[in-house]
Amino acid sequence: MEFGKVTRRRFLWRSALPTIAVVGLDPRLSVAAQAVASISVVRAQGPEPIPVTLNVNGKPHALQLEPRVTLLDALRERLGLTGTKKGCDQGTCGACTVLADGRRVNACLTLAVMAQGKSITTIEGLASGDQLHPLQAAFIEHDGFQCGYCTPGQIMSGVALLSEKRPTDETSVREWMSGNICRCGAYPNIVAAIRATAGRSA
Amino acid sequence: MNPLVGAPVDRVDGRLKVTGAATYSAEVALPNLAYGVMVLSSTASGSVAAIDVAAARRAPGVIDVMTSRNAPRVDAKSKGAGDRTLMVLQDDVVYYDRQPIAVVIADTFEHATDAASLVRARYAKAAAITRFDDAAEYKPGAGGRDPDLRKGDASAALAQAAVKVDHTYVVPVEHHNPMEPHATVAQWDGDRLTVYEATQGVVSARRKLAQVFGLPPTGVRVVAKFIGGGFGGKGTLWSHAVLAAMSAKLVGRPVKIALTRPQMFGSVGFRPRTVQRVALGAAADGRLTSLVHETSAQTSVFDEFMAGTGALSAVLYGTPNLTITHRLRRVNSATPTFMRAPGESCGSFALESAMDELAYAVGVDPIELRLRNDTDVDAQGLPFSSRALRQCLEQGAERFGWSRRDPRPRSMRDGRMLVGMGVAAATYPTHRSPASALVQVRADGSATVRSAGVDIGTGAYTVFTQVAAEALGLPVARVRMELGDSAFPNAPNAGGSTLTASAGSAIKLAALDARAKLLALAGNDPAALAGGADAIAALLRRAGLATLEGHSDAKPGDEQQKYAMHSFGAQFAEVRVDPDLGTVRVARFVNAFGAGRILNEKTAKSQFLGGAVWGIGMALLEDTRYDERTGRIMNANLAEYLVPVNADVPAVESIIVPEDDPHVNEIGVKGIGEIGIVGAAAAIANAVYHATGTRVRELPITPEKLLG
Repeated sequence: MEFGKVTRRRFLWRSALPTIAVVGLDPRLSVAAQAVASISVVRAQGPEPIPVTLNVNGKPHALQLEPRVTLLDALRERLGLTGTKKGCDQGTCGACTVLADGRRVNACLTLAVMAQGKSITTIEGLASGDQLHPLQAAFIEHDGFQCGYCTPGQIMSGVALLSEKRPTDETSVREWMSGNICRCGAYPNIVAAIRATAGRSA
Repeated sequence: MNPLVGAPVDRVDGRLKVTGAATYSAEVALPNLAYGVMVLSSTASGSVAAIDVAAARRAPGVIDVMTSRNAPRVDAKSKGAGDRTLMVLQDDVVYYDRQPIAVVIADTFEHATDAASLVRARYAKAAAITRFDDAAEYKPGAGGRDPDLRKGDASAALAQAAVKVDHTYVVPVEHHNPMEPHATVAQWDGDRLTVYEATQGVVSARRKLAQVFGLPPTGVRVVAKFIGGGFGGKGTLWSHAVLAAMSAKLVGRPVKIALTRPQMFGSVGFRPRTVQRVALGAAADGRLTSLVHETSAQTSVFDEFMAGTGALSAVLYGTPNLTITHRLRRVNSATPTFMRAPGESCGSFALESAMDELAYAVGVDPIELRLRNDTDVDAQGLPFSSRALRQCLEQGAERFGWSRRDPRPRSMRDGRMLVGMGVAAATYPTHRSPASALVQVRADGSATVRSAGVDIGTGAYTVFTQVAAEALGLPVARVRMELGDSAFPNAPNAGGSTLTASAGSAIKLAALDARAKLLALAGNDPAALAGGADAIAALLRRAGLATLEGHSDAKPGDEQQKYAMHSFGAQFAEVRVDPDLGTVRVARFVNAFGAGRILNEKTAKSQFLGGAVWGIGMALLEDTRYDERTGRIMNANLAEYLVPVNADVPAVESIIVPEDDPHVNEIGVKGIGEIGIVGAAAAIANAVYHATGTRVRELPITPEKLLG
């Protein structure tokens, strides 16, 4: 934190309070319809902690959170789900990628209150008991990581990519995985793991 | 030999890492944990004249605000080898932008972050040296090491050379940016301090913390089970770690300080800017008669950090006349530090670009030029313990398809794209430090191995397991490797490509010690141990032993006096350059390394791959930009400080040239973490020259430099 400057972050921290929470939207509505609907149901909440219910990996969690708490910090600091990583807290690295209703999102750019009513999947929710998700197993087989810090985000992003029905040629996978930075440089192995998994499930 | 060592075994910690169960430093759950957020300076020189923390103290959840007024007194001045001066609120002097000036401690991360934004400082500003070129050059003397090396008369030989190239090469400041930001969780129990720290060395971190707080080493424990990348940046203890421990002392609770990404451009080191002159004199056939390698590098106004940028010029080629010098310039910045192949990474960009320029000047193939200058001894006349430069160049060229290259610049095209092929040589020294290890064999036929070494992502957990399992005669699954705790037997930092050679040798010796004791139990009948885990279990049960231990204290011998010990390699890059836009894409990359014994082909190739990716970043993207009016870094985030993303990286093919070097250490390894980046940027720059006819001598190679 620096001072003397109105940064985007500072704007978020100081000016967004009280925060607006959106409740009870029907996910079947179009984006435009949701926007219209949201105008009619908003109410001011915060800045003090408010009740927030998060559905993470199929389990509901009732929390008391300030509205400014991000989904990432709610997962890591309140729920002890530290598999989702904080790499930049600015939406630039992808380490915090989780699935919200199956769609990949940066948990650091998502306020926890915005995640209510959504089904959140984190890396901890991917395996079935001892049975790894095929992409998790492929990451091990293809050495798709070194330090492992970007790995949960890479895998969540890869899982979403596979469900997005995009082409899985090398160039396409590279492009669609470019929101997840790996400083160790495991990229070709990450691509290999995703393509192998795509080939298996095809 | 049992084939375990060398086999491409999957990482033994892989499951933890792909399920999110691997726990990094900021993720240690402690009861009553408080959150510390640092406030950093916004000026590069002067002092904090006044600091107003009243609003921060009144903010919700704030426990305390630590400034120079109330900070616990510690010894921030003493320095051991590899230490940097700590900026831990002992006075009000500001030496660089983003220097810590306060820590806000609160009950939640949000409260601490918010309150930190309320701290107001007024500075008495002083003149700052913000431009490298404005700083006076001086000859470093710290450590009593001569930064220069001279053989023959290089300048006279250069003047008389039939062919010469003489140019200056610039590598800008680069920041490590591991994906895991630095983080510390500190907890006091009376006078005993426990620190969960993102560090490449728990033993060196313990030493420094003990010194700062005036404690015996036994009073400090440092734990680092998983580290989210280090690349040298986590190789020395930085101010925030001490500030976390001071904060914990101040508030009487455990405190966590995790750096934000912008703070990663503050007090935690970087690759210094280097300006290098490389002058090569050669006979008409390209044989070197003179090599001059002069480096001017950045350091801070309060610390001296010097990397051996020119060191590889004493190793790669033979020449009768050689001058290597290192000079420093003091800038109002934080102190630079080790960053993947400190020295060799930048030095190789200069030397191997110059060799490419010489190849064109002489009119000889760049690989042939390097082979003509191959040597059996280093500049001091020491023979190499092993040297696979020729094999790396030849095997790499074969795989890369070098023979398809038309040497004329701008001669090859793929559609409208210009195609370029470039090569560079690589070398990195083999280091070794004292290390110990403990092996405990249990009556169930399993074993636990302990070393304080840290796995920073290299695969140490895995390769050490392989080494121990092979020496014990056990399968990998029956050996549990425990690392990253200063309470375990001594190990050096995971840095300088040192850990595997050092701790790996100790682990092998400790396992052999245990094996010898087992053999003695078996009446020295090797057949009794042939049954692996079951045989060992039966043996211990028969002897009525629950456990049996093997120890070792391993250290280097006099091999450094007898041999020059280095890894060697060759880098090959193919680029596509858009002739209208000047954009460069790396299309293919092949590298080849002779780096001693390879303990795990899979994890080793990942190291070589990572080195290539770092080379791509160094060549094309990475550049920390300063506002020269203020000394502030302008691109302190991952949106504006560019590192390679997936789409920037092509297939990378790595060739392992087998080497059996009996001289380096007990396990024959030379270290592989750094050499992958050495020469990589030069290979790309040389490919760009081949593609475009434009020689870029200042990194990174951005479009405007090709369109000029």
